[in-house]
Amino acid sequence: MGDQVLNQVLDDTSLVRLRGVRKRFGPLEVLKGIDMDVREGEVTCLLGPSGSGKSTLLRCINHLESINGGKIYVDGELVGYREKNGELYEMHPRAVAKQRRKIGMVFQRFNLFPHKTSIENIMEAPVGVARRSRSDVRREAFELLEKVGLSEWANHYPAQLSGGQQQRIAIARALAMKPKIMLFDEPTSALDPELVGDVLEVMRDLAQAGTTMVVVTHEIGFARSAADTVVFMDDGVVVESGSPGDVFDHPQNDRTRGFLDSVL
Amino acid sequence: MSTKVATAAPSREFDNVVHPLRRPGRWVSTVVILFLLVAFVQAIATNKNIDFPTIGEFMFHERILSGVRLTLIITVISMAAAAILAVIIASMRMSGNPVLVAVAAIYVWAFRGTPLLVQIVIWGYFGLIFDKITVGIPFTDIVFWQADTNTLLTALVAGIIALTLNEAAYSSEIVRSGMLSVDEGQREAAASLGMSPRYCFMRILLPQAMRVIIPPMGNQLISMIKNTSLLSLIAVLELYTQATQISAQNLRQVELLIVVSIWYLAIVSVLSVPQHYLERYFGRGSTKNQPQTLMEKAREYTGAIQVQRAHKRKRKGN
Repeated sequence: MGDQVLNQVLDDTSLVRLRGVRKRFGPLEVLKGIDMDVREGEVTCLLGPSGSGKSTLLRCINHLESINGGKIYVDGELVGYREKNGELYEMHPRAVAKQRRKIGMVFQRFNLFPHKTSIENIMEAPVGVARRSRSDVRREAFELLEKVGLSEWANHYPAQLSGGQQQRIAIARALAMKPKIMLFDEPTSALDPELVGDVLEVMRDLAQAGTTMVVVTHEIGFARSAADTVVFMDDGVVVESGSPGDVFDHPQNDRTRGFLDSVL
Repeated sequence: MSTKVATAAPSREFDNVVHPLRRPGRWVSTVVILFLLVAFVQAIATNKNIDFPTIGEFMFHERILSGVRLTLIITVISMAAAAILAVIIASMRMSGNPVLVAVAAIYVWAFRGTPLLVQIVIWGYFGLIFDKITVGIPFTDIVFWQADTNTLLTALVAGIIALTLNEAAYSSEIVRSGMLSVDEGQREAAASLGMSPRYCFMRILLPQAMRVIIPPMGNQLISMIKNTSLLSLIAVLELYTQATQISAQNLRQVELLIVVSIWYLAIVSVLSVPQHYLERYFGRGSTKNQPQTLMEKAREYTGAIQVQRAHKRKRKGN
């Protein structure tokens, strides 16, 4: 089958493998057969005009959206489905939940738990879901707070923090589950301009430390300096992908060129 | 901690001294209301048809107090059971399982759609419909356990069941609206951290929904307290039943109704206090500053008055 041919062509050792991923919302096809690979330790930035499907693609990787066609593998496991004798079976929500522990996600609107303090936000999943010891998790949570530069804000509620601080707590919260990969869905789009830098700095540190990341962003500067691969999407397909130098300085496609002209 | 800093009273030393707006309407309305109040009190106090010593006599009468006790017991048990049942029904309604959704919808439809009074009487007469209650395998002769309905389902038990089931139907809709008020992003964030749907419901969604659920639930609790009086119809010896039985003997209906009213008001007032603290607890994190306790509010109010007085003294001094 076509899928198998693709599998051989593309790299099988990648941490994240997307093969012919299709997604429809009613009559609207937002992903029209996406192939993508993310290798361990690499940073991939997804760029493209709004409505191009990049956020949807990201949400498919941890099965927040189910896909209509194709397959997604994370860490060698098919996401959201079990495959048996060539047939796909829907997974139980608890099994999906278990898969998601390996996939951290940071949202545009932060989505911190407002009834919990910063430290409680970070500790909730490792203690309650992964059942790790509270004292260990607590120690790690403080290390994470230090990493994102918010040690003094451990006992504050999200409403007492600025947007940039909230987003950094959200990053720490996702990291606390020790995921194999981090997904960022426009992490700086809801922030005031002067707060963007702090968040990007944390993300840059993560990238340098070898965290595998997929980032949907409009921050061209960040993509240029931190990304190993830049993927440009438009109208549900990957138009162009390559190193930041190639895509930004020598775009091959008219649509990429048009987009870059409009944002730079 | 800096939260404390935020709530500490700021210095008012450099505040402007502002002459407050004159509000003559307030004075006029105060006089009118006071006049009406005096007239009303006079009409009651000089009324020869009301025997005040009787009110005093029965206020803390043994039977009235036992009625109060039973009213409180019924209210607390029914409300607690109803709250748990309401969460179960609401989660069924939102489960996405078509069978559970239908069961929950029909339950709410039936128990909201018939008068509470009728439901109470039906439960009171349950023995007329089913004379025995049996645990066994339906459509066979296998019986594990059996009891006479009237010994098992006393008037009190029937009353508690009736109030609980009716209340659960209303409360489940309150719980559901509370759950709907929680932002969809919360569910997504919980899911992305690997939380199962149930874990997310209990630890993330429900605690946030409580903030919205508590105030209307306080309303329901007050209704429940007063609805216990309907159990007089099936001869449960709660407050109202006791009072009517006493007045049937001494023919002091009005006096005993006053006694009963005072007690219901007292119970409602006392039970409003925990509501304030529940709201405070579940409201944590919802605003920049923690909501104040009643004491803090009182302290701030008296503090403001003291500042005003200080201003006045300063002006007079100049």
